[in-house]
Amino acid sequence: MFNSFRTTNSTGLINKDKKINFTFNGTIYHGYEGDTLASALIANGVHLVGRSFKYHRPRGFLGVGVEEPNAMVQLHDGNKSEPNIIATEVELVEGLKAKSQNCWPSVQFDIGEINNVLNRFFPAGFYYKTFMWPKSFWMKIYEPFIRKAAGMGKAPLLPDPDRYEHNYEHCDVLVVGSGPSGLASALAAAKNGARVILAEDKPNFGGSLLTDEVTIGNMSGKEWASDTISQLKSMPNVILKKRSQVFGYYDHNMTVMIERVSDHIENPSKYTPRQRLHYIRAGEVIVSTGSIERPISFGNNDRPGIVLASAAKEYMKVYETLVGKKPIIFTNNDTAYSTALEFIKNDIEPIIVDTRDSSNGELVKEVQQKGISIKFNSGIADTKGHLKINSAIIGKLDSSKESFISEETVECDCICMSGGWTPTVHLSSQAGNKLKFNEDIDAFVPDKKRQKETAIGAANGSFTLNQSLAEGFQVGFDLSNKFTDQNNPTNSPNSNEPSYEKHEKLWCMPLPSGKKPKRFIDFQNDVAVSDVELAIREGFRSIEHVKRYTTLGMAGDQGKTSNLNGLQYVSKIEKKIVPEVGHTTFRPPYTPVTIGAIVGREVGNHYLPTRKSPIHTWHEENNAVFVAAGLWQRPRYYPRGSEDMNSAVNREAANVRKNVGICDVTTLGKIDIKGPDAPEFLNRVYTNAWLKLPVGKARYGVMLREDGMVFDDGTTSRLSENHFHMTTTTAQAANVLSHLEYYLQVVWPDLDVNVLSTTEQWSGIAVAGPKSRDLLSKLFPDVDMSNEGLPFMGLVDSSIDGIKARIYRISFSGELAYEVNVESNYGLYIWKKIMEEGQSFDIQPYGTEALSTLRIEMGHVAGAELDGRTIPFDVGLNSMVSQKKDFIGKRSLSKDAFTESDRQTIVGLVPLDKKTKIPEGSHIIEDNSAVAPIPKLGHVSSSCWSVEYNNPFSIAIIKDGKNKIGKNLYAVSPLKDISIPVEVVSSHYVDPEGSRVRS
Amino acid sequence: MLEIKCPYCGKRSQNEFSYGGDATIKRPQLGEEISTEDWDNFVYYRDNPRGKHSELWHHVSGCRQWFKVSRDTATHEIFDTCKMNEDFNV
Ligand SMILES: [Zn+2]
Repeated sequence: MFNSFRTTNSTGLINKDKKINFTFNGTIYHGYEGDTLASALIANGVHLVGRSFKYHRPRGFLGVGVEEPNAMVQLHDGNKSEPNIIATEVELVEGLKAKSQNCWPSVQFDIGEINNVLNRFFPAGFYYKTFMWPKSFWMKIYEPFIRKAAGMGKAPLLPDPDRYEHNYEHCDVLVVGSGPSGLASALAAAKNGARVILAEDKPNFGGSLLTDEVTIGNMSGKEWASDTISQLKSMPNVILKKRSQVFGYYDHNMTVMIERVSDHIENPSKYTPRQRLHYIRAGEVIVSTGSIERPISFGNNDRPGIVLASAAKEYMKVYETLVGKKPIIFTNNDTAYSTALEFIKNDIEPIIVDTRDSSNGELVKEVQQKGISIKFNSGIADTKGHLKINSAIIGKLDSSKESFISEETVECDCICMSGGWTPTVHLSSQAGNKLKFNEDIDAFVPDKKRQKETAIGAANGSFTLNQSLAEGFQVGFDLSNKFTDQNNPTNSPNSNEPSYEKHEKLWCMPLPSGKKPKRFIDFQNDVAVSDVELAIREGFRSIEHVKRYTTLGMAGDQGKTSNLNGLQYVSKIEKKIVPEVGHTTFRPPYTPVTIGAIVGREVGNHYLPTRKSPIHTWHEENNAVFVAAGLWQRPRYYPRGSEDMNSAVNREAANVRKNVGICDVTTLGKIDIKGPDAPEFLNRVYTNAWLKLPVGKARYGVMLREDGMVFDDGTTSRLSENHFHMTTTTAQAANVLSHLEYYLQVVWPDLDVNVLSTTEQWSGIAVAGPKSRDLLSKLFPDVDMSNEGLPFMGLVDSSIDGIKARIYRISFSGELAYEVNVESNYGLYIWKKIMEEGQSFDIQPYGTEALSTLRIEMGHVAGAELDGRTIPFDVGLNSMVSQKKDFIGKRSLSKDAFTESDRQTIVGLVPLDKKTKIPEGSHIIEDNSAVAPIPKLGHVSSSCWSVEYNNPFSIAIIKDGKNKIGKNLYAVSPLKDISIPVEVVSSHYVDPEGSRVRS
Repeated sequence: MLEIKCPYCGKRSQNEFSYGGDATIKRPQLGEEISTEDWDNFVYYRDNPRGKHSELWHHVSGCRQWFKVSRDTATHEIFDTCKMNEDFNV
């Protein structure tokens, strides 16, 4: 029983000396090295793989590669589980586990098959028609039902444990596909000195040369392929990639290729990626992707055992596997006869059914010479066999070929069908190529290119070997000549292949008499001829609409085997020619790609870079709880013992007000500004005046966007006549730098100024609180720290232990405060030094939460207020706006809407009960009993627990704020379902005169 | 992903750059008397052509230079790039 469908020859590419065990639906089988899951299952007589999407019909294999629409399986278990994997693309590996999808309780007996019996209730557009009404049913009934029914396999719920990598490549010529034309073009381009990448999806190079009986020069096609590959391998300018699918063609000749690196290896090493995504920027792309065989629509043409003729041949020639022992070959062309001959070689006599009246092709004659009669002018009307085909109804066609004149039942165990060939034009189309319809081959081929892309061989509609090779050598040479000056052409060798007669333009069989079996066009999405007819009857004319209404070609296989048959059928009903009907758009990816491969290494901690201050380790050692501030990790608070966040934050903030606190402010943006025009530049960038700032002094500055909105604020100091040190907020550091560069390079290139980010060169430590002066005096005994010696907004250079330090007397907390800046590498040392000396002053570190509390109490604005919707007037910064000079954004401030006196402006809020914290984002309303829609006065931007007054305090931005001070309003948060009576107060809640910072 | 030739660094992938809008917009002179309409045209209004467009790009993950790109907005074809003080050749 096991492997009873193997051929007796051993001319294929599997290694029968190496057995590989695998499990399918719980049964253990074995195959051989070189098998795919598909070939190994077929060799074991297993054709029933899964159930179809809509009707749950039993399905097996149609193809042998990427074109496979049916044979999708769930691979592996647990966190490695992967749904919807095409069995024809899975290389067999020891211990592989696969199971059927879309069936319950088992693939043999599937409850969902009731849909097949009820199929007249599931016509095209069924979902659109049925689930529209009533609306309330959608969320609770229809949507869960559809979700359960849809999607085939199951996505794993556990994180993907595998490693994926990204790689960037550049080459002169990328060749996609290693059939005869691809090999020829790669060889010609490489011999002419171009840097070439040759990509092949399958585990073996050679494409059709692995299965076709042809000769090139004095070698067989297969020998020539392997000889060419060894030549290419020896050339340093060539990269050969097998198991690699180029699935996307994007702008500027960027293609993306997925390489299956270790899926086929039993025990890959830990650091070998499972798959690798290559971004290849190619000078020229040669599309030699070949062609895919077309199925034929006939009654019940989807039963397990009905395959493409080319697939049957490849299973025999490459995998030494028989799709059946009683085959019917059903064709409208000559190429399927090579499959018939391969069966004959294996001592199996096929029944041949040909829709044509006759053919004089060489292969047809060869078959006839072997004594086999051919049923010309015939077609398959219907098939039988529930889980596997067991017989076919063969009918004699009438002269119009629109009906059968007689029918006979013939036993069989497989049907190998061929409706001719479709060039694989996906990549060309993705590249923007306008396709044209070729009447000779009844298919679309690339035509007008938009990018540097050239289709050759079967992908270009050139179906003969001579033509393919000639195109390959010519195009490979021509394109490579753009990159090299070697001018070294390679001649195309002579080749020999059988001659073929023309196919018949017939891809859909008439119905058998008295029956209406489904004749499928799109196997994966269960779209039958009747669905296309219905769509057109219901008025869908555009092929894009027919596609969406029927879902033809919308499955994971992207209609590789169904698009053209669908088009052809639409054009037949509509009595139009195919080019008038047009084709639907091809979009990447050509084949499904694992999400993990697209994500690559950018997972977990590698999702974004992490920025840490040089003092980070100290924070860690001292129990800091961190918070992300952009990419930075900043200490949020430092809990002691069993303290919760609120207690820790209140303690830290209160200690700043009472004693002294220390805060890591390294993350603030810092920009070094130099040049003779630096003062003038700052004068244009900031709203206030800068020309007269003395050397050794700092000044607070506000910058606007041209639309008048506050962009950023910070303190900037004059270090010398033409040298300034600017600080920005942590969040806007990068944007401010780009903004300055824009004005210097684009708007005012005449200004002689240079700007440079120094954020990472300086470590900044804020020391704040009434005891900060005493502490700093102790640390810097040489510096006069008195109010006269280092006044508010002054700065001085000094040193500790020989380490240069710059001390700014600036304050964000509203307390007497300093900021010590040292070269980054000394940040940790100085921090520890300050902590050590600070012990006697009851120093405590404080995090971003306490920092917020301190600035909110003082009414200092930050990101929550500077949210891109506020002008200086709104946030109490009008005194910062110079009336004497022009600056970025000034003209906007005089616009009508910006000068209205009742604009929303900044105020403070205190809850009347002095207890309830007001959630940030709450709306401010006047009348709590009003009926919606209630006029909104503004919103709460920042909230804290005031450590000064021991009650909650918030900053809000409300309409006509100044005139609301003293009034009672309501802060409502519908999200939290609360309404809090509040009193409006000044936003400067603590020390409104600002006496502490100047003390 | 586009491939953009920085006039200072050469060809680089799009992810090194950020887009800076219409390159033909001229900021009004500082201190210039200007009508609200003209100011609004400078701040807010931009053409959205299908086809050739002169635009600014900033090599943020590179040399930090702003420069000009002549690009087809429909096909993404880049005809030329040049420094701020240069003109396109095509
Ligand atoms: Zn650059």
